[in-house]
Amino acid sequence: MFAYILRRLLATIPVLAIVALVVFSILHIAPGDPAAVIAGDQATPEQILAIRAKLGLDLPFHEQFLLWVGNVLRGDLGTSIFSNLPVGHLFLQRVEPTVALTIATTLVTVLLAVPLGVLAAWKAGTFIDRAVMSFAVLGFSFPVFVVGYIFIYIFAVKLQILPIQGYRPLADGIGPFLSHLVLPSLALGMSFMALIARITRASMLEVLSQDHIRTARAKGLPARQLLFDHALPNSAVPIVTIIGVGVALLLGGVVVTESVFAIPGLGRLVVDAILHRDYPVIQGVLLLFSLVYVFVNLAVDLLYVVIDPRIRY
Amino acid sequence: MRSARRLLCAAALVALAAGGLAAEARAEGTVIRSIPIGNLKVLDPIWTTAYITRNHAYMVWDTLFALDENNEPKPQMVEDWTVSDDRLVYTFTLRDGLKWHDGAPVTAEDCVASLRRWAARDGMGQALMSFTESLEALDDQSFELTLTQPVGFVLDALGKIDSNVPFMMPKRLAETDPNEQISEVIGSGPFRFVADEWIPGSKVVYEKFEDYKPRAEPASKAAGGKVVHVDRVESIYMPDAGVAVQAIASGEIDLHESPPTDLLALVESNPDVVVRPNDPQGYQLFMPLNHLNPPFDKKEARQALLWGTSQEEYMAGVIGDARRYQTCPAVYGCGGTAESSAGSEALMTLDVERAKKLLADAGYAGHRVVLMDPADNPTLHPAALMGVQTLRRMGLDVDVQAMDWSTLVQRRASKAPIDEGGWNTFITNATVTGIANPLIHNFVKNCEQAGYGWSCDERVQKLNQQWALETDSDKRKELIDELQRVHLDNVTYVPLGQYRPAIIYRKELSGVIPGPVLFYWNIEKKS
Repeated sequence: MFAYILRRLLATIPVLAIVALVVFSILHIAPGDPAAVIAGDQATPEQILAIRAKLGLDLPFHEQFLLWVGNVLRGDLGTSIFSNLPVGHLFLQRVEPTVALTIATTLVTVLLAVPLGVLAAWKAGTFIDRAVMSFAVLGFSFPVFVVGYIFIYIFAVKLQILPIQGYRPLADGIGPFLSHLVLPSLALGMSFMALIARITRASMLEVLSQDHIRTARAKGLPARQLLFDHALPNSAVPIVTIIGVGVALLLGGVVVTESVFAIPGLGRLVVDAILHRDYPVIQGVLLLFSLVYVFVNLAVDLLYVVIDPRIRY
Repeated sequence: MRSARRLLCAAALVALAAGGLAAEARAEGTVIRSIPIGNLKVLDPIWTTAYITRNHAYMVWDTLFALDENNEPKPQMVEDWTVSDDRLVYTFTLRDGLKWHDGAPVTAEDCVASLRRWAARDGMGQALMSFTESLEALDDQSFELTLTQPVGFVLDALGKIDSNVPFMMPKRLAETDPNEQISEVIGSGPFRFVADEWIPGSKVVYEKFEDYKPRAEPASKAAGGKVVHVDRVESIYMPDAGVAVQAIASGEIDLHESPPTDLLALVESNPDVVVRPNDPQGYQLFMPLNHLNPPFDKKEARQALLWGTSQEEYMAGVIGDARRYQTCPAVYGCGGTAESSAGSEALMTLDVERAKKLLADAGYAGHRVVLMDPADNPTLHPAALMGVQTLRRMGLDVDVQAMDWSTLVQRRASKAPIDEGGWNTFITNATVTGIANPLIHNFVKNCEQAGYGWSCDERVQKLNQQWALETDSDKRKELIDELQRVHLDNVTYVPLGQYRPAIIYRKELSGVIPGPVLFYWNIEKKS
């Protein structure tokens, strides 16, 4: 097991190297010039060149790349071209809202979607099953921003029971923290919920048709015990897999959610950086994102061992 | 048991909501929560010309002179100033008791260093320095500017309201290379920047600077007494326009500096919200033309655009609400001191057939016309689509190329032919105060000073020079008329109209000063 974890951790090194090279290359091939953005409409070409030189953007591609990699290896992700703040500082400023939103969404989603999927499987072919699956189709079909606007209109504008926008850190108290997360989590979680509910249903249907379930049912085991103690654990591997994939997808989904609900998270940081060609921020944050992906996948693989003792590494 | 559980759930929900609302209501003194015009990423107003940075700078830094509501420069940090009889030597004395946010006194040396750094980046500053023999501090309170020949724009330059504004900084910051950002935000303005609470792209916080000494005169545009009535301003950037407007309607936010015009209807009937244009002059929309690439390398082809363009169509299409726009032939904008309608018949008359004939006379033979469209800009993207329609109506083969603004600002610097990534035109905008005279309007400079488009008409050069040196206001007006005629004859670019974006704020606020920048002094907030 330890050797497996070590192997996986070592495998992240080439993954990160490839990510670094690809991201750096794409950014520098793409058009756009941060020096021109900074200098503005009134600048002369000489002024733009001077700013570019100060930022080191006039160096050849390979020199810029090697400089950046050298700094990253020393733990320095660089400094934002625009705000003049270290990328690590910007990341730390933004990580709490994104992590809070991701965790809240995952919790809300799993707590709602897994029981719905189990129910749909248990009542397969009935009205309940169709209702749950219709909900799943709707959840998939609505983009996050549409769901977000609908929730804002109902719960914040009309009913006025939740705030329209913004984020409050946990340090401000659990009430404000949670009240600002309810709508974004639900909006972001809709499609994720639909995905998990469908996978749970499919996986449960397969397990429910197996001999040991039929035997347990014949022996008169109560439905709740049958479903949650016997069927669900045996269906868990695909469900956990999809939750793991979903968490990674959520990191992408937060970009839109953070914009709609004005949450100062990592998603918005990256989008703003891309729009202004803030190369160090884009490179640094994408590198950290890819690290998170790698670790989420590793965590999911390790969870398999816990869920299913037959799995060995 | 079941009802107890329901009761518990309901109580939890109420507590959650109450907690959220209570937290919203909590305030450290009087706080204005506002939505700025954009995302503040750069803090140094000399390093960048971005309007959001200029607005931030007005909070933190002060100026020697400032424009009042009549667009006249008035002393701000300066107490007295004199000019010698030969108009070559200006002496300025600072007000008593001016302090930097770190407690140090403001000195004349600080101001000299600040002016030098500003002049290294700003067009008007460069023009001023080209006529400057010396700029020296005389003592702690006063400094002297000696010119090589009399010019008519010294106070206009020092009181410039648009980017780059000559903000005064401590000498140690002002000595920073103008191509590098300053390392800290220390000003002597009415608000103090709270660095610890700055989240770039999201939130900027300012606190009242208790040691600030406002002038005695009432506030007037950027001039007059900057009296602060609130303890704190939280500037919160919201990328989603619809949510931002709803946040104003619900009272979560007090003021929105640039709501999109098409969403104003959502709050116009709300009795708790005030909707009004804040800048009486607003913005000019215009179409720069690349004079190097065909077909607009020919004067007749450029003139065709004037006949084929209807400002009313552009304004109605892009802005929509007739209360918020006007047609305006003036190259230097309407409502300012350099307004002129000379030589504007072609611009203000729509005659598509004449435009087609002029294109034929110019030898137009189906050249591809590249129009760059900044698709991420909510004002300029629809304007670009209007541009496509207008140009096609004249029979031009338009290749509309969508890109983001960052790409456009890089590509517009290219002088390459069309087949090598060059361009013919795009549509952009500028505050009228930022284009209000020949020295600051870079898009209509010519020849070696030419901005994007690279027009070259020696008449413009000569007239610009004459205007800079002229001190008589009547003669300046004549020169402006002549410049206007020349610009529209050679078609340096195409003015497309003038519009005034609205601001919206809660009725609890009062004292908002009209101007191209949202100033937070003078504003009071009822609790």
